[in-house]
Formats: sequence, structure tokens, C-alpha cells
Amino acid sequence: MIVVAVAIARLHNLFAVVMLTGIFSLLGAAAYVVLDAVDVAFTEAAVGAGISTVLMLGTLALTTSEERTAPRDRVILALVVVVLTGAVLVYGTLDMPFYGDPMAAIHQHVAPRYLGASGAEIGIPNVVTSILASYRGYDTLGETFVIFTAAAGVLAILGRARGPGTSKPTKAEREDAEV
Amino acid sequence: MNYKIVIRVVSKFLIPYMLLFALYVQWHGDFGPGGGFQAGVIFAAGFILYGIVFGVGNLRDVVPAWVTRTLLAGGVLLYAGVGVAGMLMGGSFLNYSVLAATPTGGQHLGILLVELGVGVTVAAAMITIFATFSSRER
Repeated sequence: MIVVAVAIARLHNLFAVVMLTGIFSLLGAAAYVVLDAVDVAFTEAAVGAGISTVLMLGTLALTTSEERTAPRDRVILALVVVVLTGAVLVYGTLDMPFYGDPMAAIHQHVAPRYLGASGAEIGIPNVVTSILASYRGYDTLGETFVIFTAAAGVLAILGRARGPGTSKPTKAEREDAEV
Repeated sequence: MNYKIVIRVVSKFLIPYMLLFALYVQWHGDFGPGGGFQAGVIFAAGFILYGIVFGVGNLRDVVPAWVTRTLLAGGVLLYAGVGVAGMLMGGSFLNYSVLAATPTGGQHLGILLVELGVGVTVAAAMITIFATFSSRER
């Protein structure tokens, strides 16, 4: 993943960059599988590696596929900001519990109740699904609204640009255009 | 465009299985990994593959704009409607336990419907975004 990330930062051909981000997502999905987070891996593979690659390619088709090189004078400042942020993030991970530590705070709060009681309360083998759809139903409703809003926003910005009323030409109009 | 014949044949062969797998992920989310989000994305990926290979015009003949727009709103409405139905049947908002005779039966039904709403909205949103993006290029 580090090699792919460096390649993404170095390349200027955005088409190759989009393909590499797809590969990066796929490697991330594999990492999630290694961490036993199959549901997250599934989402990462489908959304990160699949759909966003296609949408980025669509964006490239609308714009241009070569990166415009930035002026060089801000490079030092940007490097300082990035290094500082990375150092703060690494410093933050020092306080985190070890991976799989059963005494970690996240395993002490509501997780035992979900794991212990969801079988009797919900009756569904996949605990992730019962948390996502039932215990955290409000959150998932909010996420669904986010996706709805995203599509509505795309429609509002791009959908009506060609003319009033339709975002696509009717079949007859297309045939007219071909003639 | 005859030079794409391999892609055309292979994708024609693959798309039904993609849609079938999406439905499997959708309805099997209770038991294995998966659920509405993933199923919606895979379902949309089938249509997007069709759109890439055969053109957005043909895709829009299969799923017209009004269909995806209706489904886009319909999925959210289904989700919120399940919550309101729980309220009407004497529970609180998004409490599925009152939806059926037994609490676990109600939870099963509620989660199934809610995941269906998520899947429908996600699939419609992805198809809408893809079709809108790619029908701009000319």
C-alpha cells in the first residue's frame, strides 16, 4: 500500500492515478479481511475499488487527464504541514490500546451487551447487521439520507444543464442527432 | 464497434450473475457479511457495466431517469416509513419489535425492509450519478 501511495503522489497522469487509487482500495479491503472486518472489507471493495474508480473516470472524461503542476514555492510549507500532521497522528496512536486487546475501552462499553443480547433480542446471526439496522437505526437512516442528498445534488448541478425538463435526450431526439 | 466484441460478450454473460449476487447479498445480509449498502453498490455496478459497454443511451432505455429518481426517493421513504409504521403500531420511531407478533419477528421484518430501502436508494443513487456524469460528455 505504501508503494502504491508513493506512486499516486508521484504520477502526473490522472488516469493512472485513478487506477492506482482503485488498487489502493483493493489492498485496503484485503487488509480489512486480515483484520476480520469482513463487512467493512466488502464495502471497501465495492465502493472504494469499484464505484469511485468509475466515477473518477467519468470526472476525467468531463475534465482533463493531466495534472497541472503546482508552483514550486509553496512546497516547503506544504511539506512542513504534512510532516507535522503526520507526527501528531502518530503521537495519538501511542495512547491507543494494542490491536485485539480485550481490555480496550471500546470493548467495555456497549459491545458486550450487543454481542450477548442481540441473539435473543434481534434473532439474527450477523451482529453487524443487527447493530447497523436496529440498534443504530437512526445512524443508518442518516447515512441513507446522505446518499440520497448526494445523488440529488449531482442531479441539481449536472442533471439539468442540457436543457429544461430532461437530463437525457429522448430516443427520438437521439435518432435525430444521429441523422 | 466490433473490436469490443469480447468485452460485450463477457459483460452480457456476467451482468445477470452480478445482479443475482447483489440480490443474494441483499437478502442474505442477516446471516453473512453484506447488506443494503453493499448490495446496492453491486446492483448498480451491473447497470454501470452495461452503461460503459453499451452506452448510456441504452442504459437509460433500460432504466429511464424517472425510474431511478423514483427509486432514489422511494428507498429513503421506505426506510423512514418503517420507522413511522413502528410509531403507528405503538412503539417508538424505528422500533421494529412491534411490527410483527413476536419482537424478534418484528425485528426480522423491520431489518429486512430497512435494508431493502438502503439498497434501493444506494443502487438508484449510483446509477443516477454515473448516468448524469457520463451523459454530460459530448
